[in-house]
Amino acid sequence: MTLTMTRRVVMAAAAATLALSANARAEGHQVLEQLHILVPGGAGGGWDGTARGTGEALTESGLVGSASYENMSGGGGGVAIGYMIENAESLDNTLMVNSTPIVIRSLTGVFPQSFRDLTLVAGTIGDYAALVVPADSPIEDMQGLLAAYQEQGQDFAVGGGSVPGGMDHIVAAMVMQAAGEDPTAVNYIPYDAGGEAMAGLLSGEIDALSTGFSEAIALADQGEVRILGITAEDRVPAYDTAPTFMEQGIDTSFVNWRGFFAAPGISEEKRAQYISALEAMYETEAWEEVRSRNGWVNIWNPGEDFRAYLEDQEQQIGDLMRTLGFL
Amino acid sequence: MLEGIMIGLSAAFSIQNLLMVVAGCLVGTFIGMLPGLGPMSIIAIMIPVAITLGDPTAALILLAGVYYGAIFGGSTSSILLNAPGVAGTVATSFDGYPMARKGQAGKALTIAAVASFSGGTIGAILLMIFAPALSSVALLFHSAEYFALMVVGLSAIAAFAGTGQVAKALMMTILGLILATVGEGALFNMPRFTLGIMDLQSGISFITLAMAMFALPEALFLVLNPARGASGAEGGANKITGLRFSRAEARAMAPVIGRQSIQGFFIGVLPGAGATIASFLGYAVERNIAKGADQAEFGKGSVKGLAAPETANNAACTGSFVPLLTLGIPGSGTTAILLGALIALNVTPGPRLMTDTPEIFWAVIISMFIGNLVLLILNLPLIPYIAKILSIPRNYLIPFILFFTMMGAYIGQNNATELLILVGLGVMATIFRFADYPLAPLLIGFILGTMLENNFARSMQLYRGLDFIVERPMTLGLLVLALLLVLLPSYRARRARKRAEGVADGD
Repeated sequence: MTLTMTRRVVMAAAAATLALSANARAEGHQVLEQLHILVPGGAGGGWDGTARGTGEALTESGLVGSASYENMSGGGGGVAIGYMIENAESLDNTLMVNSTPIVIRSLTGVFPQSFRDLTLVAGTIGDYAALVVPADSPIEDMQGLLAAYQEQGQDFAVGGGSVPGGMDHIVAAMVMQAAGEDPTAVNYIPYDAGGEAMAGLLSGEIDALSTGFSEAIALADQGEVRILGITAEDRVPAYDTAPTFMEQGIDTSFVNWRGFFAAPGISEEKRAQYISALEAMYETEAWEEVRSRNGWVNIWNPGEDFRAYLEDQEQQIGDLMRTLGFL
Repeated sequence: MLEGIMIGLSAAFSIQNLLMVVAGCLVGTFIGMLPGLGPMSIIAIMIPVAITLGDPTAALILLAGVYYGAIFGGSTSSILLNAPGVAGTVATSFDGYPMARKGQAGKALTIAAVASFSGGTIGAILLMIFAPALSSVALLFHSAEYFALMVVGLSAIAAFAGTGQVAKALMMTILGLILATVGEGALFNMPRFTLGIMDLQSGISFITLAMAMFALPEALFLVLNPARGASGAEGGANKITGLRFSRAEARAMAPVIGRQSIQGFFIGVLPGAGATIASFLGYAVERNIAKGADQAEFGKGSVKGLAAPETANNAACTGSFVPLLTLGIPGSGTTAILLGALIALNVTPGPRLMTDTPEIFWAVIISMFIGNLVLLILNLPLIPYIAKILSIPRNYLIPFILFFTMMGAYIGQNNATELLILVGLGVMATIFRFADYPLAPLLIGFILGTMLENNFARSMQLYRGLDFIVERPMTLGLLVLALLLVLLPSYRARRARKRAEGVADGD
């Protein structure tokens, strides 16, 4: 009984996949025959979405013949990294997706490895961070926030959807430090997830929220929050009413990137193939559709540029975490 | 509102959209039956299909069908195999599984279907009427109140303990709370109690623990205790008696369904509380309301004990749409995924959704009614076939349960270490079972533990101490309620004992 059920489901899924690939004809020539993407977390998360979205664009545009995915959660991504290293010889066709937390978590020692133990392919998309307040808050800009903070001290609570020392906390501390405040004095309130942190902000439990720019836009569009600043260097054309921290005299910038890594020791030729497939992807309609559907921002950081960028970010975050006492 | 309903009806009642509901419900029910694949993963799987439809209304209707189907399918494995695949259906197994063991699997599934339908439908009516007004209620609760609400949930554990088992239940609850601390807490950037094992870093997964506590010991128990199950009375599972419940049972259930639809809906409105708390509290409240023999029946196959959590979790799922649609706040993992799908379809939920794109708002609500109805119509005729799973001979059924238990633990994480953890915990649970320790309190302690700790720590940090207990009247009120819930049963028991003694003396 159950067997037939599952078979039916599998057939439905197969039919859907066929339908998907039928209307997708090659826009460019094929660079890779097949690609397997390892997701270090469960289905439905940000990594999962990036892997499947990228795979969809690559196959739809014909750059890659077929793509498959594998979720391997555990250890904040450490299990998947360990797997990539241990089985490197058999993982020629495998890419792993990851993002800023690989830098943070290897600094805090959640897992013993770092990005240096893998082959760097490219950073492909990113999201800026933002500080927001409720739309009815008296705070109008960063100057107002700093004034309120100086007046209320520890009673001024900044929330976020990550653990202390996690990304939302680091961004809040980075902004306050750049504004000349003591980053360790910020009363950061962690929530289990972004949604709960938003509820905390709107219920008045916290005064400001550190969150991703794309989530901030969704809330600002509904007239619920005011974006005080974003971590881009210049205003983002797609949403140019949001001011940057830079233009308010707070010298800080930050991108939460997402990108791809290959197993250590893969051939230079293979790495070049991955890079050229991803680079060609940006020009395709399939990618534009996936990108705009998810509200991602294109960044392009291939190969050695990616290494320099990651080392830079590791330095920036590491310094701050040492100041905050997490290291 | 009438105008809105008309817009919604005309949007929902196209051939395409009706097909979507049916397809969604079918896919949801069948995949939902597999432990390990809850509504969240199924919706995540279906999102690409929904998005290729291109039409936001059709996509939402499909996903709503999947959502309801998955919740209903989840109850099935709780009732038939004692293998709750999601936290919201744990309470369903308390009375659903005993009913199935008594040979009333068909009836239990029918009750679950009817209770789910009622909870979902009444919830949708409440959503339609109150959604705009309730958006502010969702924001009344701060971390301090969530902490107090979790305490209320834990205090209800007394309701799950049989006579003379209160101390055992308490010990198991605390063990559950301890297990919940394993891994990296959301508030501390440090792994705790992981024994240096990287796979424990993100904690013990709910599904693994649920399978280890309920399904695995059940299967092992059947193996180790062959007399049970083979004998006529207990092993009546082989023959499935009537699918219908009697008129008297319907009368008994009606007020339970009425109360739990409303209570469940309002708990569901609170972001973060959701179906799990609603189902536990629903069960506990109904058990406290019931009297005498009726109360004693809870845990042994009570129709009320099955109807209460089934109604409440469906009503709560509907309630969780309030913060999603009116504020854009996802109150649960599932609604967070739905929010992602909505944004991908260029629909941003929030206060302006109702005015900017009323057709979408109303189509969603109308699709809830249709989804619930279609689910009922689809599933009632299927129940006899689904219930037949239990008439599989035991030597096939046990490996079957073991296989699904293992698969459930594995597919959630795709990690083979889960299997080792599952077996380890399962052996522990089997020993507890032989020693007659109740396992449900452990699981409840585990589920509520993380939320209890995080909200408590957050409140402590915001108020720099315990001041929130006195400064926030609602917190205090909820804590007093929790105290009453703990004391009331023992007070009642003592009074009953006194009275019995008095009678004896009088003689």
